[in-house]
Amino acid sequence: MALPRIRIGRVLAYVAALAVSAFILAPIYLITIAAFSSFDAVYEYPKNLVPREATTETMRVFLDSDGVTDSLRRSAYVAAITIIVCLAIGTPAGYALARFSFRAANPFQLALVSTRAFPLIIIAIPLAVTYLRVGLDDTVYGVALAHIAFTLPLTVLVTASVFAGISYELEEAAMTLGCNRLSAFRRVALPLALPGVAASAIFIFVTSWNEVFAAAILTFRNRTLPAQLLAALDTSPLTYRLAGGFFLLAPALVVIFFIRKYLLTTWGRVAR
Amino acid sequence: MADIRFVGVHKRFGDFAAVDGVDLEVKDGEFMVLLGPSGCGKTTLLRCLAGLERVDDGRVYIGDRDATDLPPRRRRIAMVFQSYAVFPHMKVYDNIAFGLKMQKEKKPVIDERVRSAAELLHIEELLERYSSQLSGGQRQRVAVARAMATKAEVLLMDEPLSNLDALLRLEMRAELKTLLQSLDATTIYVTHDQIEALSMGDRIAVMNKGRIVQLGNPLEVYDNPSDTFVGGFIGTPPMNFLEAEVSSSGSTAVVEVSGGSFEFPSDVAALAGHDLLLGIRAEAIGVETAAADGLVRAKVIVLEPLGSHNLVTVRCGEDTLKVSIQADIFPQPTSDVWLRLEPARIRWMDRDTGTAIHTGAEELATETAVVIS
Repeated sequence: MALPRIRIGRVLAYVAALAVSAFILAPIYLITIAAFSSFDAVYEYPKNLVPREATTETMRVFLDSDGVTDSLRRSAYVAAITIIVCLAIGTPAGYALARFSFRAANPFQLALVSTRAFPLIIIAIPLAVTYLRVGLDDTVYGVALAHIAFTLPLTVLVTASVFAGISYELEEAAMTLGCNRLSAFRRVALPLALPGVAASAIFIFVTSWNEVFAAAILTFRNRTLPAQLLAALDTSPLTYRLAGGFFLLAPALVVIFFIRKYLLTTWGRVAR
Repeated sequence: MADIRFVGVHKRFGDFAAVDGVDLEVKDGEFMVLLGPSGCGKTTLLRCLAGLERVDDGRVYIGDRDATDLPPRRRRIAMVFQSYAVFPHMKVYDNIAFGLKMQKEKKPVIDERVRSAAELLHIEELLERYSSQLSGGQRQRVAVARAMATKAEVLLMDEPLSNLDALLRLEMRAELKTLLQSLDATTIYVTHDQIEALSMGDRIAVMNKGRIVQLGNPLEVYDNPSDTFVGGFIGTPPMNFLEAEVSSSGSTAVVEVSGGSFEFPSDVAALAGHDLLLGIRAEAIGVETAAADGLVRAKVIVLEPLGSHNLVTVRCGEDTLKVSIQADIFPQPTSDVWLRLEPARIRWMDRDTGTAIHTGAEELATETAVVIS
């Protein structure tokens, strides 16, 4: 009796897995084939689920549109700055939170979490005013700063939990073997934290790349890609929107694909 | 040369005094065991020596250097951790080579030392593996090899065997002892396992509540405990303690315990004015089947045959005693037996303070010990 039950359980698990995958993958698939179809195919109804031919017509038109390549470049800049600054500040902060007990550790942690309690809309106006006053408005640095502000607290919390999961005895062992604190961190704790740090890098990238609200408010001429798309959304053809959707989607997938190695492999075995 | 000296070492965590004034000298090349229950401060003391904890008060000397304010890497020590702390992101080879690389040794030197350390611990064929591909026992060997490879003068071991299963622990214990005898490093070994301490140490420092309560070679600590704590902590079964009254009658003394009384053939002046506890080891009690002069009557509660000997729990008046007897004698439960409490093996303790009172009448095992060399 036990065997068929296990088999039914298996089947159900697979069905559930397939359903979830389809739910996530179907839009990605549809956007992707639309982005590489001809104009006619995009407007065609009913939709053809298997593309007849791949053409770069739609993409070319999108990329040639006014301001698109510039906004892509700016988005990449903003994401890069955000990742670098977040990891440079967030990783040591997470390490400190995990390793040292200091007086304000708990309030500090609470403060980090509470930054997520304020919806951006509430601080949008004061933020824009401040940017105008400081002269940060309509610059990639301004947008990056806003993105850093959203993602840094979570980076700190995520890396803190990553470091908390790495035994301090490993670093102590390194210290008895000739390391000082810093080299013990660099040679032992950091390499071991790399999968977790990579995961937060993905998170930061995706957040920054797709963030539209702050980018739309804080920029006017120098828009990032999501802000650019948002501005052009109701005046542009369907092909433009689909190609834009693809550009929001693709880099995240590519980054995840390449970083996956760090996420899933720990030394000598594959984590499940 | 690396003798070690702790002078008045204190270490507090908040209000808790983990190490509460320890003075200890370890000779060059000696195997010193720090033994005590969990929370007694033995690991903290070891970490103070390693430089992983800063002492709040006192000094720590390694060799002729005052190491109190040196970071771990400058103390010329090597340490084996309880969790082994084998680096998971490095192969076994790189783990063992780590300390040597930090010392900026040349490649051929590193290679030679890694291989000889691996050979000593029989892990040559594991050098290309990662920690996650090793068993607990193998990881333990890697940790020891890594500590030995740097040829530090001082080797610190923090409960290195406690995570192994019983059989492997027995095997590693003898192997580790052989290995350490062949090195001339000064070794400090922390354990809560009294058998490990007795079997491995040149000397044992028994710790309780942050202090060293007794320091001596294994036989001394076992045979002549400095207080009820040491007697109760060391030995399986622990030392028996009975409340006793001693009264003088002419040339001899009479000892009265709750189960009866017997003569004690020596001067008891040292015992006067104390409330007394009589301490005696299970194997120092003789069991007779008939009443006679100087025997104390007891009732058998349970008999546990252990192969090499039989362990009998008896009720003697208000006291419960563990007695160990020959393997071929089987006193049945509820039967009566008569106990001979070997006077020379009796240790007297003060009932209030628990500390030993020496009468000079004790026969000390260390004095009659035979060393074959």
